[in-house]
Amino acid sequence: MRPGDRIFQILTTGAGVFVVSLIGLIGLFLLVQAIPALQADNVNFLTSQVWQTTPDDMRFGIMGLLLVTVYSSLLALIIAMPISLGIALFLTQYAPKRLARPFAYVIDLLAAVPSIIYGLWGLMVFAPAIEPFSQWVNDTFSWIPLFAAGNVSPDLRGTIFTAGIVLAVMILPIITSLSREVFERTPTPHIEGALALGATRWEVIRTTVLPFGKAGYIGASMLGLGRALGETIALAIILTGAVGREFTWSLFDGGATFASKIAADYAELNNEISAGAYIAAGLVLFLLTLIVNFIARSVIAKKGD
Amino acid sequence: MSTTLEKTPATTPAFQQVSMARKVKNGFATALIWLSFLIAVVPLVWLLATVVINGVKRIPYSNWWTEDFGSVLSDEVGGGVAHAVIGSVLQGLVCAIIAVPIGMLVAIYLVEYGRGKLAKITTFMVDILSGVPSIVAALFIYALWITTFGLPRSGFAVSLALVLLMIPVVVRSSEEMLRIVPDDLREASYALGVPKWKTIMKIVLPTALSGIIGGIMMALARVMGETAPLLVLVGYSAYVNWDIFGGEQAALPLLMNNERVSNPFDEGTVAFDRIWGAALTLVLIIAIVNLLAMLFARLVAPKKK
Repeated sequence: MRPGDRIFQILTTGAGVFVVSLIGLIGLFLLVQAIPALQADNVNFLTSQVWQTTPDDMRFGIMGLLLVTVYSSLLALIIAMPISLGIALFLTQYAPKRLARPFAYVIDLLAAVPSIIYGLWGLMVFAPAIEPFSQWVNDTFSWIPLFAAGNVSPDLRGTIFTAGIVLAVMILPIITSLSREVFERTPTPHIEGALALGATRWEVIRTTVLPFGKAGYIGASMLGLGRALGETIALAIILTGAVGREFTWSLFDGGATFASKIAADYAELNNEISAGAYIAAGLVLFLLTLIVNFIARSVIAKKGD
Repeated sequence: MSTTLEKTPATTPAFQQVSMARKVKNGFATALIWLSFLIAVVPLVWLLATVVINGVKRIPYSNWWTEDFGSVLSDEVGGGVAHAVIGSVLQGLVCAIIAVPIGMLVAIYLVEYGRGKLAKITTFMVDILSGVPSIVAALFIYALWITTFGLPRSGFAVSLALVLLMIPVVVRSSEEMLRIVPDDLREASYALGVPKWKTIMKIVLPTALSGIIGGIMMALARVMGETAPLLVLVGYSAYVNWDIFGGEQAALPLLMNNERVSNPFDEGTVAFDRIWGAALTLVLIIAIVNLLAMLFARLVAPKKK
């Protein structure tokens, strides 16, 4: 092999190995930085809901953050999944070919908006607009724990409810664009076969497009979930957590997710011991998104074979 | 009308009767699918309208683009976002200078060299890396750059975190473009006795270049809107700072967050105008970069077929 070729191959392969090792490096560095803080922790890191990072008396646990993170992300997923499915079907099966492309572009534009703008819009514009609805749900269904009155005062703005809806808008594009790709690959003979048997448009979708694209759609949704779990600044702006409170199951409560907590308290990173607590939280978030993305990619990859 | 008449079959088809229930179901599904699309368009229009209407107050004045906030009080009208635009662009460019070569080498590896297990793992890890939350990338750089190496918080640290977020996007888009390059070109080059690395550098890369540049700009636009790395890795300064390796440095998302946290943020206040003005500036920059990306991508489009 010519020396130029050898060098070039080593260079490109090296870059590949570097990217592969990045995930491991991230985990390793976060773990090493988190250990001293974890050793100084006076409560159970996994089960406690307290978050106190005073250097001489460290008491921090992730349970509260974990619950709010998962709760708000699941709410977003429940809202975004059916809508994304509808849009993906609309773009692949309903919209005229000439319109499908610009429409897909419009949906992709949603993904290009920086998340800090989602946060500002969510708290300043969307939350006040939806407040009467939140109030009504809260008044009417407060006997259901889900809709019980939370501790967010003075209004129902910076709540998990608002955050979940804004998150749903943010993850819509990723679920839509991936599902669209899968649905587009439905074999034409399947569709034509169903049409020839006299199926209506909906029946064609139900009998050919959906079964074919199901795995891809679920994988796409999991990717959306991964995105929602890690969303930082939008949630830091919208959620207004009352400090030191236990998690309630009410949607009309505040709280903090892993990412929003770290973003909101970034000033504390300047203290090395306190920083360890936040890095430990970041490590858990990393593992959480890693697992979700891992499953999502596996589902999609299996379909691709 | 005349054309549809021609297409009408001579005899009525045998399977014409679609039962009422099926018709209703089909209509219902159609309505739902259209509805879901409309639901997704509403927040986009609302969001963009909010940014434009609230942001347009200060943008048209030349001092918005040429001055910083260093010499004006936080509640005083005047000044501009030059410092934040400079910071955003500098950090974005430095990030691109590091991320683009790595990302392209990985893409070349995957397309030209990658066979077997390592290539599969690399593809998978690039996908996983694209799911790493920005706050985790920021914490990793914090643990590496600031705690382990003992270096100060700076714009450069932000760039490093953005590199992690940019690499997977660059790899994905470059890989796609490199795969479109016809094999005939490579074979013709080999037949002339050109070494593989020279074939890649002189034939394959130039052919795919405009598309690759399009993908890179898309990736750049995305990382320029990130907020989390800015919070963790650099302090905000109201003055222009050209030094990316030292001192506090502003960026548009950081400016927005800083104004939000440190000043009363209500309609009519100076902070309100500044935040939405910065938001519109950021959206404009991202739109311009995206537009250029689309132009480049369009240049490569004919080569697909």
